[in-house]
Amino acid sequence: MELFAALDTVLLSRLQFALTIMFHYLFPPLTIGLGVVLVYLGLRYVMTGDRLFRDAQKFWTKIYALNFAMGVSTGIVMEFEFGTNWSVYSEFVGDVFGSALAAEGIFAFFLESGFLAVLVFGWDRVGPKMHLFSTMMVSLGSIFSAVWIVAANSWQQTPAGHHIVPVYRRGEPWVVDGELMMRAEITDFWAMVFNPTTVIRLTHTLTGAFIVGGSLVASVGAWYLLKNRHIEFARRSLNGGLIVMTIGAFTAAATGHLQAKITYAYQPAKMAAYEGHFETGPGHLTVFGIPDVKNETVRYDLSIPRAYSFLLKEDLNAEIIGLDRFAPEDRPPIWIPFVTYRVMVGIGTYLIVLSIVAVVFRLRNKLYTHRPLLFLFVITVFLSLIANHGGWVACEVGRQPWIVHPPLEWTGGEPGVGDVVVDETGVVQYDETQGLRTTDAVSKAISGEQVLGSLIGFGLIYGLLFIVWITVLHQKIQKGPDISEDADTSSASVEDLLNISSSRVSHSKHMIEPNGGSGA
Amino acid sequence: MIAMMSWLSAESLPFVWFTLIGCLLTGYLILDGFDLGVGVLHLFVPKDETERRLSVNSIGPLWDGNEVWLVTFGGALFAMFPYAYATAFPAFYTAFILLLFALIFRAVSMEFRGKMHSKLGRRMWDIGFGIGSFLAAFLFGVAGGNVVSGLQLNERGDYTGSLMDQLSPYPLACGLLIVLLFTLHGAIFLYMKLTGDYQQRIANTAKVSWVLFAIIYAVVTVWTLATVPRATENFADVPALWLIPIFNVVMITLTGWMVWRRIAFAAFLCNSGSIASMVILLAAALFPNLINATDPAMDLRIVDAASSTRTLTIGLIVVGIGLPFVLIYTTIIYWTFRGKTRLESHSY
Repeated sequence: MELFAALDTVLLSRLQFALTIMFHYLFPPLTIGLGVVLVYLGLRYVMTGDRLFRDAQKFWTKIYALNFAMGVSTGIVMEFEFGTNWSVYSEFVGDVFGSALAAEGIFAFFLESGFLAVLVFGWDRVGPKMHLFSTMMVSLGSIFSAVWIVAANSWQQTPAGHHIVPVYRRGEPWVVDGELMMRAEITDFWAMVFNPTTVIRLTHTLTGAFIVGGSLVASVGAWYLLKNRHIEFARRSLNGGLIVMTIGAFTAAATGHLQAKITYAYQPAKMAAYEGHFETGPGHLTVFGIPDVKNETVRYDLSIPRAYSFLLKEDLNAEIIGLDRFAPEDRPPIWIPFVTYRVMVGIGTYLIVLSIVAVVFRLRNKLYTHRPLLFLFVITVFLSLIANHGGWVACEVGRQPWIVHPPLEWTGGEPGVGDVVVDETGVVQYDETQGLRTTDAVSKAISGEQVLGSLIGFGLIYGLLFIVWITVLHQKIQKGPDISEDADTSSASVEDLLNISSSRVSHSKHMIEPNGGSGA
Repeated sequence: MIAMMSWLSAESLPFVWFTLIGCLLTGYLILDGFDLGVGVLHLFVPKDETERRLSVNSIGPLWDGNEVWLVTFGGALFAMFPYAYATAFPAFYTAFILLLFALIFRAVSMEFRGKMHSKLGRRMWDIGFGIGSFLAAFLFGVAGGNVVSGLQLNERGDYTGSLMDQLSPYPLACGLLIVLLFTLHGAIFLYMKLTGDYQQRIANTAKVSWVLFAIIYAVVTVWTLATVPRATENFADVPALWLIPIFNVVMITLTGWMVWRRIAFAAFLCNSGSIASMVILLAAALFPNLINATDPAMDLRIVDAASSTRTLTIGLIVVGIGLPFVLIYTTIIYWTFRGKTRLESHSY
């Protein structure tokens, strides 16, 4: 019991949040990315009548539904944890952040969950057009969901459209133990939603999701080509996936660059942690290195001189704010953002190179038979997921120690342009009342013992789910799509009709078999 | 739209939201109630794989949308009553984490059970589905019982009691009440979706569930009257409130009558009415509080738990735009999947 008493609820709650959200975040990029693929396939089927598109849509829908079920059930956890583990944070931000969360429920979740039923179970109950409409609504719902969640997250990073005011209880300002309770209240809803970083963050996040979707499709296509199965389906998958990945990789680089600039303007400490930029001055772009936090330097530094200054300010000699301008208690941890940021950028670069090479091979008609390249595509989906996680972990750990980041003041008034306003010792001053430290945000009424118990529980359950998820995903991909015999026919002949009716017979036979049927 | 709502004063907005939160909770309990009930029944009633698949697939296209009512209820509570959120969730830490485990297991069990090739594998997920459903229903009841009988709160609104304090007999009885209510609801729903021998057995299950539910309802009512004086204070002040329990009893009686006469849809509506009146009972017992404390000085009142007037108004606009759409497509989905459950190639 004494051991448990010593357990740190903040640390354990952070670990729990990291575990649960990282596991959850496997699924939203997959469903957002695949949703667009499903819309494309459905649209092509309605436009051309080519059965291959419908078969492909059925195949991907099964994979979508699996990921969706995982995403929904692990997503509720996040909502609960704001209350259970971070109740002081909930009190502080509920008035602002809660609206975005409630809007997500009303505008996004109902849409996607409702129409998901038609997408997954409605093949024989509604016509192709209604089915396509439902597919679009599901995809739209998942994108709306991202909009509200990214808006809420961005508000924590760059708060806007609110003020901080005392809380009232029974008509009086609420004072507990001599401390006046404060909270953030909305003053301007749209300024809150479209806070300075929402749009760029959302663009970058969605791009990441589309890359994941595209690389999953390309990966499965490449796998079938390696195994010499479902050739036509596989070629089209690889082709389509490659197009999405190519556009996505370049867009991600462009939006990533813009996001770096805006991060520097609003959270220069985070940007300095990404780059291991300890000392204010011209910035080098570190390609590789090992941060030495104690001596405030990067060892074995392989860097491009002044490139970081140039990227942020288009000026080789520009002075970039380093970690030395921040008091030790206001500095983010260095290691995690430094490493995960490099993982994201590194994989992003790899994606650009791979896309260019693959497009060249495709144009020379050598892509579908080039085994090493196909193998690279198979593993790329995992790399894309890792890049999404890397970027996101870097972003969230990089804003520490703040759960709600207080704004900074810049000379000249415009963020990122002049210099940060510092006190006489050269250190940036934060207005603590405007922000909330992660250590202060944790629930007071919970014990380390409770959090440890739940953390172990989540670890075990998520471990089990991960194994089953991978197994079932593997089974589905192994089994492959059910390609109709009459695929790729635009006009229905007598034989086609016979084929369809015979497939209906076999179909109804499946209906009475326990666990029968192709997709059960 | 702002002008349209000008009749709403800053003082009345928290109570409007108290009502709306109640509506979201009612929507959740009526809709997810039947699919949680189907989950509880899954442990006892289906005899073979076909029957199990029929059960699972009768709620297959619906459970997910139903659960969104809970997510939205949670989101709305967070946004409109952040202090209630921040009080209740840490207080019920262990219970709510278990609830999450139960909901996760239940959701993925449905998805995974059909993909298992071994009988053992399928049975494992069947049990996961059943126990998850049972536990979720039970914990909702336990939490509700505690909110009525009072949580041990300090002046900061933090819970100071222990887990065992929440597991006193009264909340446990409330937990059982909700389990049986949902079981009855699920049995009536399954009766509508099934045919043949399985349907006949479900008809008997519905009768047994109704009898057990009626008994526990009577027990909890007497218990509340006898030992939870705070729950009936408002009824003493406003005798008209007694119409709510009377309506509730009428609904329960009618449900039973319809169950015996096998008029399934009417039974479903009556039981839904019974669920709705129980939420109104809960609201009448709590008012003007959102959470009762053991020490009345620490009660969390609706007005004190609420967000700012601006947020409450924005929330009303959001709901005003969103809810009609939600109701329209909920209707479309239920209409699309009306009729008897059939097993198809893309069923679970």
